[in-house]
Amino acid sequence: MAATPNVIIDPVTRIEGHLRIQAHAVPDGMGGGTITDPGLSASTMVRGLEKILQGRDPRDAWAFTQRICGVCTVVHGLTSVRAVEHAIGIKVSKNADYIRNMMIGAQYVHDHVMHFYHLHVLDWVDVVSAMKANPTSTAALARINNGTYKPNNGALPNAAYFQTVLNKLNNLVNRGQLGLFANGYWGHSAYKLSPEENLLLVSHYLEALAWAREVVKLHSVFGGKDPHPNLVVGGMPCTLSSNTGTVNDEKGGTSLNTEGLATIKTAVARMKAFVDQVYLPDVILIAKRYKEWAGFGATAGNFLCYGEFPDPALVKREFTDGAIDYPAGYIIPQGVIWADAPTTLAPFDETKVTENVAHAWYLGSDTGEHPSVGETELYYDGPLPDQGRNPDGTSKYMLDENARYSWIKSPRYDGQPMEVGPLAHILTMHARGGTAQAQPTDKLVRGYVQQFWINPTAQGGLGLTFTQLNSTLGRIFCRVLETKIIADQIAGRAADRTLGTAAYAGWYQLYYNNKAGAYWNPNTFTRLQQPNLWPVQVGFGFTEAPRGALGHWVKLNRVSGLIDNYQCVVASQWNAGPRDLVGAPGPYEEALRGHVLANLKQPLEVLRTIHSFDPCIGCAVHIVDPDGEPLVQVDVKHGVCSTTRVSDMRCA
Amino acid sequence: MSTDLPSRSDHSHMPADSSDGVTFDEATVERLLQLGISRRRFMSYCAGLASLLALPQSMVPRLAQAATSTTLPAVVYMSFQECTGCLESMVNSFAFSGGTTIDNLILNMISLDYQETLMAAAGDQAEERLLSVTAQSGYVLVVDGSIPARWDSGYFISGERSGVARFRDAAKNAALIVAVGTCASFGGLPKADPNPTDALSIGDLMADLGVSKPLVNVSGCPPIPEVITGVILYYLSQGMPTLDSLRRPTVFYGDTVHENCYRKESFEEGPLARAFDDPNSRKGKCLYMLGCKGPVTHNACSRVRWNQGISFPMMSGHGCIGCSEPDFWDRLNRNNEKGFYIPIAAGSGHSRGLPCDTCHDDNGGDDD
Repeated sequence: MAATPNVIIDPVTRIEGHLRIQAHAVPDGMGGGTITDPGLSASTMVRGLEKILQGRDPRDAWAFTQRICGVCTVVHGLTSVRAVEHAIGIKVSKNADYIRNMMIGAQYVHDHVMHFYHLHVLDWVDVVSAMKANPTSTAALARINNGTYKPNNGALPNAAYFQTVLNKLNNLVNRGQLGLFANGYWGHSAYKLSPEENLLLVSHYLEALAWAREVVKLHSVFGGKDPHPNLVVGGMPCTLSSNTGTVNDEKGGTSLNTEGLATIKTAVARMKAFVDQVYLPDVILIAKRYKEWAGFGATAGNFLCYGEFPDPALVKREFTDGAIDYPAGYIIPQGVIWADAPTTLAPFDETKVTENVAHAWYLGSDTGEHPSVGETELYYDGPLPDQGRNPDGTSKYMLDENARYSWIKSPRYDGQPMEVGPLAHILTMHARGGTAQAQPTDKLVRGYVQQFWINPTAQGGLGLTFTQLNSTLGRIFCRVLETKIIADQIAGRAADRTLGTAAYAGWYQLYYNNKAGAYWNPNTFTRLQQPNLWPVQVGFGFTEAPRGALGHWVKLNRVSGLIDNYQCVVASQWNAGPRDLVGAPGPYEEALRGHVLANLKQPLEVLRTIHSFDPCIGCAVHIVDPDGEPLVQVDVKHGVCSTTRVSDMRCA
Repeated sequence: MSTDLPSRSDHSHMPADSSDGVTFDEATVERLLQLGISRRRFMSYCAGLASLLALPQSMVPRLAQAATSTTLPAVVYMSFQECTGCLESMVNSFAFSGGTTIDNLILNMISLDYQETLMAAAGDQAEERLLSVTAQSGYVLVVDGSIPARWDSGYFISGERSGVARFRDAAKNAALIVAVGTCASFGGLPKADPNPTDALSIGDLMADLGVSKPLVNVSGCPPIPEVITGVILYYLSQGMPTLDSLRRPTVFYGDTVHENCYRKESFEEGPLARAFDDPNSRKGKCLYMLGCKGPVTHNACSRVRWNQGISFPMMSGHGCIGCSEPDFWDRLNRNNEKGFYIPIAAGSGHSRGLPCDTCHDDNGGDDD
């Protein structure tokens, strides 16, 4: 092992799942230090989902994979549905695609807002400082920063409103019951907001909880519940109600009645309003105060996207074209950005993906070969837990970067670690925006990056460079930017003359206009019994999830019709994965290099960067089936990728 | 949406002004007002809560007192082999009209002293917090996720300790253990065949460890938001709820989903939906033939409904997958046949409890 880690965060909190971070900082003699080498990112929980899927009815798979993560609750289900539809050759209706787009889109908006306020903001906002705020000054600040946001019974928040928030905080302190706010790094020298700014953001933290509850009603109307709404292979299980009025024993009907459609419309409007009025201006406020964070947290600069949000308008004849084979029309494009050409979108070639387990707790290929080679099984050879600490207080449980140290495998593209997620989304949209294939949303992305990020401060921008998007702050900025793009895509947007984009009605309205159409392909379940009509040996489904590129592969048994093999390669796996055989660190690990810590015992700076990726570790961990079929034909016709090659289904 | 709670309950609602019988000391009223909650709104909330919990309205004052006590009851929430869906669900729960949701629960009714996904503290500071709050006695320990049986397997380690050790230590001083979600209640997804990590439910692990503490299972994947928080508040105000043989509170798990489903009549008299998006689906006819597990699933979905009473699975056209039952991933159909889209007792005929439609009219008859 290199230098002994002296910066350890275990558990990393305010994430999904279980993560340990280790790093070594060169001490500065004053309690702080600088991390000069990559850190170490380790997932410490495993469930073994893919193994559980073997031998099951492929129609059921979505429900299992959905439970990979209750935060990314829609995307794992839908990716599975898409994979099975691809395997059996079933296309879905325009309505199904509109609804799926809205559900994935609502997931983006919900997750990104909750990530910012509930998982990330306490890295930038000092709750104890907020208690010193003057409520009158805070109300004045709210009028400037969020001038159209009226949470106070339809009015702007006034001094009394912020006094109520202060009372809540004071109550906690007076009782000595700080609850969730106990033991934060309060008073840390890296906190820079004024008490009023802190109080404003704390009030938005509380309001975002109530907002989120309203937004997920969209999932509930279409999917019956949230988290874990219901989906179905072949389309959507929901359908337009025969009874437009209230659903009851007598009149029957479904959730898609007048009331349900109005609920969705309201949820969509609330999404857009909160993003425009609160989330976007709050991110800009934080960015202005913490601009130096555009200089920390860069990854190697390679980015990957599978692509997402097909345009249902491209479907001409339902069930015969369209669905996941769309050649164009993705809001987020499929493609690769390399560090040496950050404004160029290179085509994605699925054959260049490899996975290895050199540093993961599996028996299998250490050599960075294609995942189809070799076998993989759970194999924990890490240190034993429950051993207590050494007499000097140091840990007996130390992970070694030269050994196996995580339940996450290391995916690589063309041999390189790739960052996925919002930063990758914005960069690929930006790059496509400079080509003949530019979508209107690409032009908006280019315009917003210029307006908010690059323009000099005199013009209201942050005065940062395009290259600096690859940073902790850039990741936060790109996340809010794509949230705005997607919220507007659902809710509709006006024409923008400056950027030259036309008005767009939005997915909700386009769906509403078409709501009497089909929701489910009636051939779906019969097709499962007709393997002679299955177009491919291995079905795949891609989703560009809020946290990045997500792919599922499914191989069906041509006699039983059941699942022979199932594989997921997941967004947080790309970002949170360990080193590979040649020692190249994963994106989390690389991003920690160069961090300057004021206090090694309170590694707030490390948390800022790790949280900027929005870790979702439940997603990242799964196992590969040890009995995978060795060689099968994969015919890949997905977006810009069009190759034929030999592989097994565990290709990624 | 202006109601305080999803009031789909069978139980009668109290009149709007019946809170008049409840007296509070001035300090409590003052404290509520400081938090921006009027007395009237608060009482209406407690009344809705009582209704949800099937409590007589005479219990409203006790609920109100529990919800406004000066020292808030401590809740320690620990996560093991889970997906965070249960917490996401809990975050959606309970609203004051026009106000906020879990913020009220967290800031006003309980002291959520440890919850990794939401807490400010991280790493050593989080561990320190866990040790200090579990050193006191009397807290409610909420657990989500199953736990790998072997401490040395490496399948779950957090804060350098195994899942087994973390749970054992946290359970020691707990007054009550609430297993939230089907993974914690019954093993859930990690325990689905072939259970690759030897995952155990909390109840089974307690038996292995010899931990004898009161245990309530709040199953569901995830459980309904109001059921999670309702059970906690019920315990705080009334003590232990009545449990079924699987340690689930009968107030929420006493009936099957089918019994309170608005589609039930067509189960008995037909016609049945035969395909998604068919005319009978649009009319809201029974989804039995599409695999609905409602008749064998105990939960409150069709009564309480989800996300503030917006919908529930059958209302949105998909059958129940049985997510609040033990081993629902593997064993809800007859002969333990797996499959969410296979009728529970496929082909076995009327005498075995099949709906009429399947024996009298096998062509998906539309009898209107």
